[in-house]
Amino acid sequence: MSELKFTKDHEWVRQDGDAAVIGITDHAQNALGDVVFVELPEVGREVAAGEACAVVESVKAASDVYAPIAGRVVEVNAALAEDPALINQDPVGQGWFFKLEPKDPAEIAALLDEAAYARFVESEA
Amino acid sequence: MAESETLLETPLGGLHRALGGRMVGFAGYAMPVQYPAGIMAEHLHCRSAASLFDVSHMGQAELRGEGAAAALERVTPADIQGLKPGRQRYGLLTTEAGGIFDDFMVANLGDRLFLVVNASRKAVDFPLIEAALPAGVTLRPLPERALLALQGPAVAGLLDRLAPALAALSFMGVAEAEIGGIPVLASRSGYTGEDGVEISVAADRAEALARRLLEQPGVQPAGLGARDSLRLEAGLCLYGNDIDETTSPVEAALTWSIGKRRRMAWDFPGAARVRQELADGPARLRVGLRPEGRQPARAHTPIQAADGSPVGEVTSGGFGPSLNAPIAMGYVARAQAEDGTALDLMVRGKALPARIAPTPFCPHRYKR
Repeated sequence: MSELKFTKDHEWVRQDGDAAVIGITDHAQNALGDVVFVELPEVGREVAAGEACAVVESVKAASDVYAPIAGRVVEVNAALAEDPALINQDPVGQGWFFKLEPKDPAEIAALLDEAAYARFVESEA
Repeated sequence: MAESETLLETPLGGLHRALGGRMVGFAGYAMPVQYPAGIMAEHLHCRSAASLFDVSHMGQAELRGEGAAAALERVTPADIQGLKPGRQRYGLLTTEAGGIFDDFMVANLGDRLFLVVNASRKAVDFPLIEAALPAGVTLRPLPERALLALQGPAVAGLLDRLAPALAALSFMGVAEAEIGGIPVLASRSGYTGEDGVEISVAADRAEALARRLLEQPGVQPAGLGARDSLRLEAGLCLYGNDIDETTSPVEAALTWSIGKRRRMAWDFPGAARVRQELADGPARLRVGLRPEGRQPARAHTPIQAADGSPVGEVTSGGFGPSLNAPIAMGYVARAQAEDGTALDLMVRGKALPARIAPTPFCPHRYKR
């Protein structure tokens, strides 16, 4: 499994063959609390880096999820419709949101690594 | 929340942090929105056992003197003079234009009235009440007291063991008692739809009392997040969301809080609007809403009729853990207010189908 990269909006990205798998971080799911619903993008949609393209709803509030990189949505995690709690239970595994075909794979490398993300979270606390 | 704002602490601030509470700003106070268990678990625990909430941010006050009840009636349509000793009642403070300054609880303690108002409205309510008082009647805010809410089906058994004087109370009964040697003033009430008590206690005894209650089997702490989802399932209004200075008691479906005698005398602020709306029907009504599927619709979501015309707005909305489904309240045009009416909630520009539904969404289980 390739290493995770992170954004300051609390998404993670993992390269999986030609695709980039995207979800929200453990810190994000913990801050949101119990997830009850997710709205995922349409397969085939072209998204820009930083574009809001999914919504995660907890008991308390709705939050946008942003595309960490530009690309085309090639798959969404259908299991989340039935069981949105997967996002709380396994945020960087079974709780993934969607897969992008990156426009420029180099964009992934430019994201935060785990240590830099941890420092960012620390600085926000 | 502005970063420069200094939040007030309740007497239980230290305990909340010790219990792992996630503190947020609410009505100027640092309050726990949840503990490590999380909103969902805290909510479900309250419906199945007993939960302890800190509601010390709310405004407590007492009204003393000859004619206190009549004086309070100058600012509310509730029947205060008819409230018997040992009983509590829900009421509204109304504006001259027929809106709502606040909702509140009032208890008759025999020698005085005891009031609880919303934290966010203390600064409005207390001067408003004071301005209506004749010589000899005095309002004394009680900032030196904390307020705890113990709610859930396990509370009755707990009171049998800890406070027999409170075990005998029925819903909206009030009594002074001792819990573990600590003097309290308690009412058989709350804002979750469950049986329970709200306990007023001296601030310097509040933590000892809270710890004593949390030691009891089945009692867990719950934060503001669960309090909000519980009150929404119970169909109860949140001031500032579901009622405010623009909504009338009739529109808010709170006409029941207006005393019968008051509805004959029409001698309260806003009586003209209430009278007209009772005669002709209000333009809009507060209703319950059940969205299809699992997607919640939050406050300020526009509501459309089946033909696409705007008919209202959601005022409170979220997910009901006990129903395992989204629920909401809002105002719709009277023609659309019938139970079962199909409407669209416009969530992020997309129509989410919903139906008008009766409230409470979760049946009340008060002690009768």
